[in-house]
Amino acid sequence: MNSMDPFIAAALFIILAPVVGILITGLDRILTARMQGRVGPPVLQPWYDIRKLFQKKQVAVWGAQSFFIFCYLIFIIFTGALFFGGGDILLVIFAFTLGHVFLVLGAYVSYSPYAHIGAERELIQLMAVEPMIIIAAIGLYQVNGSFLIGDMANHPGLPILLLPGVFLGFIYILTFKLRKSPFDLATSHHAHQELVKGSTTEFSGRTLAMVELAHIYELVVMLGFIWLFFGDNLWLCICAIIIIMVLEILVDNCTSRVRWQDAMTSAWFVTLVAGAGNIFALSIM
Amino acid sequence: MSYLQKSPWIIHYDASSCNGCDIEVLACLTPLYDVERFGILNTGNPKHADIFVITGGVNEINKEVVQNIYEQMPHPKVVVAVGICACSGGVFRECYNISGGVATVIPVDVYVPGCAARPESIIDGIVQALGILEQKRHAMNAGVEGTV
Repeated sequence: MNSMDPFIAAALFIILAPVVGILITGLDRILTARMQGRVGPPVLQPWYDIRKLFQKKQVAVWGAQSFFIFCYLIFIIFTGALFFGGGDILLVIFAFTLGHVFLVLGAYVSYSPYAHIGAERELIQLMAVEPMIIIAAIGLYQVNGSFLIGDMANHPGLPILLLPGVFLGFIYILTFKLRKSPFDLATSHHAHQELVKGSTTEFSGRTLAMVELAHIYELVVMLGFIWLFFGDNLWLCICAIIIIMVLEILVDNCTSRVRWQDAMTSAWFVTLVAGAGNIFALSIM
Repeated sequence: MSYLQKSPWIIHYDASSCNGCDIEVLACLTPLYDVERFGILNTGNPKHADIFVITGGVNEINKEVVQNIYEQMPHPKVVVAVGICACSGGVFRECYNISGGVATVIPVDVYVPGCAARPESIIDGIVQALGILEQKRHAMNAGVEGTV
């Protein structure tokens, strides 16, 4: 990927990420159903859902929410394009965070109490996750000597061997980012929770479709981060992603949602012990 | 088949049901019937829903609630009245607090009678609702329905 022209790589991401993301999400739903003893929807169900949402009439109490959600989608796509174009990992993280800030703003637009609590929890999730993502960037810098993703992807060895703690911490926060139980505080794929649909309660039609699409791009970006831990060993990386996704789905199906205090303190604990401990060990080696 | 028919999301509301029909609606989600095979999801959020599944007769207190949920749903939308009480008021029809079937408050597209309605007939009712949903989408695009 890195030997490619950055613009071509970014364009490929914009076109191919929805395909890959929809297939992964569709397989996720089938695997979830199988774990519950059901048959599950077709693989392309996430695609049908998004297309259907575009066919619905737009209902928004305040027009600003559509604008914020559009910005959310654009910044997530920009993040991914920057990532797969081999850009600076710090810039990727900043753009990623900014995208989520737009999601929170979109959820705050309406006066719905469900959306407001969802937005607050979205912020809590950001607080829980951000330190670990930055530590992952620092760890990858220590191994590669560069903040450029283009250089990291060229690493001949396995950075994961030097960064086991960082990798573990990253997998822990991946559950937040994939919005899976036990850390699906802000919004969930499952119905009937105490917040109705949390931060996405007030979105409908095209706006909700943009949220779903942004989640799919986000999934591909997060899996891209896992790739950086495996350097240029692409097959090993694909095996690792499959194992991690199956584990995430298993955990999603056998745990219930935790309180936000537990979610945040445990994420920070893992960040401090596994992530920062790893960085410290690497720096004195 | 349009995308609307491949991904119908449902909101289920218990007007004043005895819970018999509610159990049967929820039974549709269980491994035995598994309506997610058809892309049907129970959202619990009117703004995400396409099909309003309502059980039990409407009473004087929750008339406004039923109306409110219906109005929050974006077009195109259909209403499925599940169980004989939702269809006509059933045995509770003469009660002092019951207004009657769901049709006294909002327009109903599909009636699924039964006491309690069986999951097979509920699924059949929803599949019929999908056809009406598609008609309503065409009507909406033609500017006939949902323009308000």
